[in-house]
Amino acid sequence: MTKYALQRMIQAIPLLFLVTIVTYFIMNLAPGGPLSMYLHNPHVTQSQIAVLAKQLGLSQPWYVRYFKWLWALLHGNWGYSYFSGQPVIQLIGERLPNTLILMGAAFLVSLCFGIPLGIYSATHQYSLFDYTFSFLSFFAWAMPSFFFGLLLQMIFAVKLGWLPVAGMYSEFFPPSLWELLRHLILPTTVLGLGSLAGWSRFMRSGLLEVIRQDYIRTAKAKGLKERSVVLKHALKNALLPIVTIIGMDLPGFFGGAVITEEIFAWPGMGRLFLSALNDRDYPVQMAALLISAALLILGNLLADLAYGLLDPRIQYN
Amino acid sequence: MATANLPPLDHELESDPMQDSGVSSFRKFWRRFSRHRLALIGLGILVFLILVSIFAPFLTAYSPTTPNLTQVLLPPSAAHPLGTDALGRDVLARLMYGGRVSFMVGFFSMIIATSIGVVWGATSGYLGGVWDMLMMRFVDLVMSFPAIFLLLVVLNLTGTNASVGLMILYLGLFGWTGLSRIVRSQVLSLRSQEYVEAARAQGASNARILFKHVLPGAMAPVWVSAAFGVAGSMLAEASLDFLGFGLQPQIPSWGNMLDSAESYIVTHPLLILAPGLVITIAVVAINFVGDALRDALDPRSTAGMQRIG
Repeated sequence: MTKYALQRMIQAIPLLFLVTIVTYFIMNLAPGGPLSMYLHNPHVTQSQIAVLAKQLGLSQPWYVRYFKWLWALLHGNWGYSYFSGQPVIQLIGERLPNTLILMGAAFLVSLCFGIPLGIYSATHQYSLFDYTFSFLSFFAWAMPSFFFGLLLQMIFAVKLGWLPVAGMYSEFFPPSLWELLRHLILPTTVLGLGSLAGWSRFMRSGLLEVIRQDYIRTAKAKGLKERSVVLKHALKNALLPIVTIIGMDLPGFFGGAVITEEIFAWPGMGRLFLSALNDRDYPVQMAALLISAALLILGNLLADLAYGLLDPRIQYN
Repeated sequence: MATANLPPLDHELESDPMQDSGVSSFRKFWRRFSRHRLALIGLGILVFLILVSIFAPFLTAYSPTTPNLTQVLLPPSAAHPLGTDALGRDVLARLMYGGRVSFMVGFFSMIIATSIGVVWGATSGYLGGVWDMLMMRFVDLVMSFPAIFLLLVVLNLTGTNASVGLMILYLGLFGWTGLSRIVRSQVLSLRSQEYVEAARAQGASNARILFKHVLPGAMAPVWVSAAFGVAGSMLAEASLDFLGFGLQPQIPSWGNMLDSAESYIVTHPLLILAPGLVITIAVVAINFVGDALRDALDPRSTAGMQRIG
């Protein structure tokens, strides 16, 4: 399996390489360029802009800059932000952990609530709970996440004052795990809600399908308790397709994090990417895109591997 | 963007073969479709919302765009049933006209995405070999980004505020990859069927075989995915508006209404609730319809709404 995982990662390299060329090209089509913010500043002369452009290497055609960027990257240098001059790796190092905390929390919440709720819904098919939950999950799935986020802010932060409106730590209290958790609750709910709804619906329909199979009838006929039939015999097979769905959803968390971070002023990669877009800060944009693409590929790989662990029939070659 | 989707609400409904025999295929389809009460309600809601947005000029005397600074942030009244916004524009009028924008974006970007997806997937599956490999690697390439990142990058090209046409184009250009994979696998399984073989033996051209014989059999998942595509695009457009990379701020769209109301969340919650609820209801309604379509046309498919926001 290790060999398979390595193979897949090596196969991903050409893809990532192509990804970088395409995005570098598209990015450089953006009008204005990184120095446009100086154009209307009377204190910055045309010749100073030219000097800056030369310093940043912007006077070269995009493909020359691309290869310089790539060459530096291969030597472990992610470049420097055009905007702040900070090393990109440092910016990413500050922001990526925050995004991973948010994504991780949302992932855990979706998993820990979505799967059990789906199982309960399936074992109590056509009950009041099943109907209500199914109906609600459709709304959860259809609601724009920023609308849901604004609603939560309105109710729990503004009206009730239970939770902070935004940010990652409080301005008034020293940073602590408790503060972090308090600030995490609303963004996690927003980011996790869609997948919670999706996964629980999948769990429900998957389990219902498995429960109708002959071997489950056999297990019941043997006199096993309903509970152990569901949890020991049915669940394992019903979980298989869910694993694929979860793997496919991993990058979705990364994309959803852009919106969630914007609503809750969470200092993560998403907001870094948005401000880099506004500033035409190519090195930061490239890093953010490359990392998101790499995470996506990694997510698919993890899903494949988890699938293999659950289903011994799968052989990796 | 969550790529997964909701499985059918009532997928355990089974068709009764006796009942279905000898009826035209549309009646058969309608019989299966109309068993979903929620889908019928959803269809009703959609027809209502679309009619209201089409006939907006006859239903309201207010302009959705002209500011009226003497009538700013009014509470609901007989003259303004949902009040006015920060520039004194009637909220109800903006909702009605906003429906035009949202439905147009949803519908036309779905047309673009579906056309590309069908042609790309069918060509890839039908040609096979090197072409298939190259075309599918390209799909992998596009799919190796979270879609929202790509959309943000291209929207940034035009100075962050797109026209409706451009938004439709972008959402269409980045929304076809999933469908092309589905169509390809359908075509792969159909192209070796005997009736296709027969057409080839009669000397039919590749294009004729593909479009006359293979594709019609592969269309069921396309309709389903098209329905969900409309909903996904409407959500995506609203999210992009909210991020400040969407439509020009003066265009009345549901997403822009939400975006500009963010600062009035405490004092005028109705400005947020009205467009937010309308988007949610529209997207839920389309999802119910899509769900019933799937049950009627392609029960085993797992197609669903791509969620970008």
